[in-house]
Amino acid sequence: MTTRNRLLVLVATVIALAAVATASVWHAAARADRRNEAHAGGPMVTAGRVTLPAGATGAPRHLVFRNMAWGPHRDELTTVPAGRPDAPRTASGVKCLRFYAASGTAVCLRAERGAMQDTYTARVLDARLREKAHYALPGIPSRARVSPGGRYAAWTVFVGGDSYAGTNFSTRAAIVDTRTGHLTPTLEDFRVVKDGRTYRAADINFWGITFAADDRHFYATLATHGKTYLVRGDLRTRTLTTVHQNVECPSLSPDGTRIAYKKRVKGLSADAPWRLYVLDLRTLHETPLAETRSVDDQAVWSDAHTLTYALPGDYGADLYTVPADGTGAPHRLTKAAVSPAYL
Amino acid sequence: MYVADSRAAASAEPAARPPAGRRGTAIAPTVLALGSVSLITDVSSEMVTAVLPLYLVAGLGLSPLGFGLLDGVYNGFSALVRLVGGHFADRGGGRHKTVALFGYGLSALCKPLLLLAATLPTIGMVLAADRTGKGLRTAPRDALISLSSTPATRGRAFGVHRAMDTTGALLGPLAAFLILRATTDGYDAVFTVSFCVAALGVLVLLLFVPRRHEAERVTAEDSRPAPAQETAEVSHPAPAQETAEVSHPAPAQETAEVSHPAPARPTLRSALALLRRREVRRTTVCALLLGLATVSDSFIYLLLQRRLGVPDQWFALLPLGTAAAFLLLAAPLGRLADRLGSWRVFLAGHAALLAAYGLLLSPWHGSALPYAVLALHGCFYAATDGVLMAAASTAIPQELRSSGLAVVQTGQALARFVCSIGFGAAWTAWGDRTALGAATVALAAGAAVAYAFRPTAPTPAEVVPA
Repeated sequence: MTTRNRLLVLVATVIALAAVATASVWHAAARADRRNEAHAGGPMVTAGRVTLPAGATGAPRHLVFRNMAWGPHRDELTTVPAGRPDAPRTASGVKCLRFYAASGTAVCLRAERGAMQDTYTARVLDARLREKAHYALPGIPSRARVSPGGRYAAWTVFVGGDSYAGTNFSTRAAIVDTRTGHLTPTLEDFRVVKDGRTYRAADINFWGITFAADDRHFYATLATHGKTYLVRGDLRTRTLTTVHQNVECPSLSPDGTRIAYKKRVKGLSADAPWRLYVLDLRTLHETPLAETRSVDDQAVWSDAHTLTYALPGDYGADLYTVPADGTGAPHRLTKAAVSPAYL
Repeated sequence: MYVADSRAAASAEPAARPPAGRRGTAIAPTVLALGSVSLITDVSSEMVTAVLPLYLVAGLGLSPLGFGLLDGVYNGFSALVRLVGGHFADRGGGRHKTVALFGYGLSALCKPLLLLAATLPTIGMVLAADRTGKGLRTAPRDALISLSSTPATRGRAFGVHRAMDTTGALLGPLAAFLILRATTDGYDAVFTVSFCVAALGVLVLLLFVPRRHEAERVTAEDSRPAPAQETAEVSHPAPAQETAEVSHPAPAQETAEVSHPAPARPTLRSALALLRRREVRRTTVCALLLGLATVSDSFIYLLLQRRLGVPDQWFALLPLGTAAAFLLLAAPLGRLADRLGSWRVFLAGHAALLAAYGLLLSPWHGSALPYAVLALHGCFYAATDGVLMAAASTAIPQELRSSGLAVVQTGQALARFVCSIGFGAAWTAWGDRTALGAATVALAAGAAVAYAFRPTAPTPAEVVPA
């Protein structure tokens, strides 16, 4: 083939490939328009004022979550009465990827647009969803929690590998004292006590922090050498002590006696390896819950006997509930919603 | 276009001009073509690498933790793939281009497959196939670069190639970001564009990299008759234009370089038997020794972050510093290797790495520290990555070039892998400072031994007849 013919082939192919590439980008760009229109049969969402009750007793409880339904309020924090999850949603105008709130303090993990790359921040919000503080995140938001009293906020992010087609991921779990602003950027700074002895390893990862009501203790998942552990953390002594094995994304019950978590169950496909369990912290007895699908979420206690969690759905995720004692059956709470918090 | 221009330039003057690396000596068109292929392919693959974590977590809602456990297993497999790729490329009288095409093609085909794979195991399989393609193509590609350039200009040829390669690696993430910005959840668009770009890379390889390398015939690196090659040539009629280029045989120059008694047949055994050659063995041993003290990039960035308290959101920018220095210095240092000898530059590169370790250990915490460390780190890559291949090419006979380069690359990669495991363990047991101190001592010792045992091949300047 002469150089001229080669160049002709090259130019022709470049034009064809450019057409395909342009079409794919155009198609993905048009997606924004489609998603900004509410889909038929979807939940009704109207703009309004969203405030977080500061733990007032007696007031009707609300469920706050990230609205995934298509339409102008997609990805905004919305609220519905806790007793009527399918009621019209009130949208706050605040967009978050992950969210949690308790006692008038909220944490909102969100994406920030940059000139050369997108970054992520954690924003601590007050009861009227106004920003009190923000922190840069080193990776993609995964979990968010606030202590029951509203003093501490915690989050977990994924830090991706950057090698060729790399698959090495790590996590960072951070805790911030919203009163003093003191930030623990990673739990790796804490001392780990495993089987009664100080434990060190290069491959330690933490995720899924959940707080006790005493503003001192918390639980989280520690992973090392391919195994996961439930650890009990102490903010004062800055230690983490292993409690139980094969526990991920723990969620402490309101009375502080049980941990709801996802357990990696043997024999399930690598693609959907988890089941919801509840661990009794006193007896270390594990109770499998009635949900038979693989749950990849940090569940929330909607009351002392019920758990709420997200499962993949048509518009990203739907919320479900299941009794915490292994009885009953899962029940869909509402569609197109994720990151729930009861207030 | 450069293809036509530099092609003419290359044929107009003997590629092996005595004063190596003199300004104006053209880079062989095949090297520029291979550089373009690597640049284009790196844009494609780095686009995917850049969005993959976000795609898995935000796009698919997966928890990719523990996903990386396969990486260790895969390192061993990829070493095997590289050796196999090198071996196949040498068979049949040199099928470097065919094997490289297969490797690039396989990686390209993996991009649309990412659109279909929605679960961690299937994505893991697609990524493994992608990396298999990369493993297969690396040695034949480097063999093609070495065969397309004369020993006197090899350092620069590899330098130019590595600079182009790194340019692609820097552009890829930017392209991916722009696509994500212009779209909503445009991961599908990123993968589709990545595929189109990869396909273009394969096409450039197909069209502009000759199957029979000019330099091989121009400089007749191996002047002995090689029957297998001749048969291959019959089945591949050279177009008129290419024959015209084969008009500057310079056989004398190369006989000094490759002085083996009989042509080695490309079998797996002969590839390993290469290690019986003193030059190849010394090259490999030096690469191995120094590899054992080369702390992996991620540890360097982590140390830098700890020393300086680099904010987390800037952490992702640290590799860009290394890449920028690598990009700027690869060609000049390759040219320097042609002038002073590859081994001097290769060892000097490790001295740069040693200096980087030293800076990380020193009490100095100035604001210039990250720039200095990253510049030294990039300088280390620029002075060693392509230069090692150039040096190894001098020691490895042409008919085993791919297998030989694969052996050296694999040895180096495994040594670095062992180093990361050891460094990680030392970090855990004694802390980061002690671990880095140990690595510094090991690197200094390795460099001293490598200096004493350096391959004694004459520098290209000495080979070239006066």
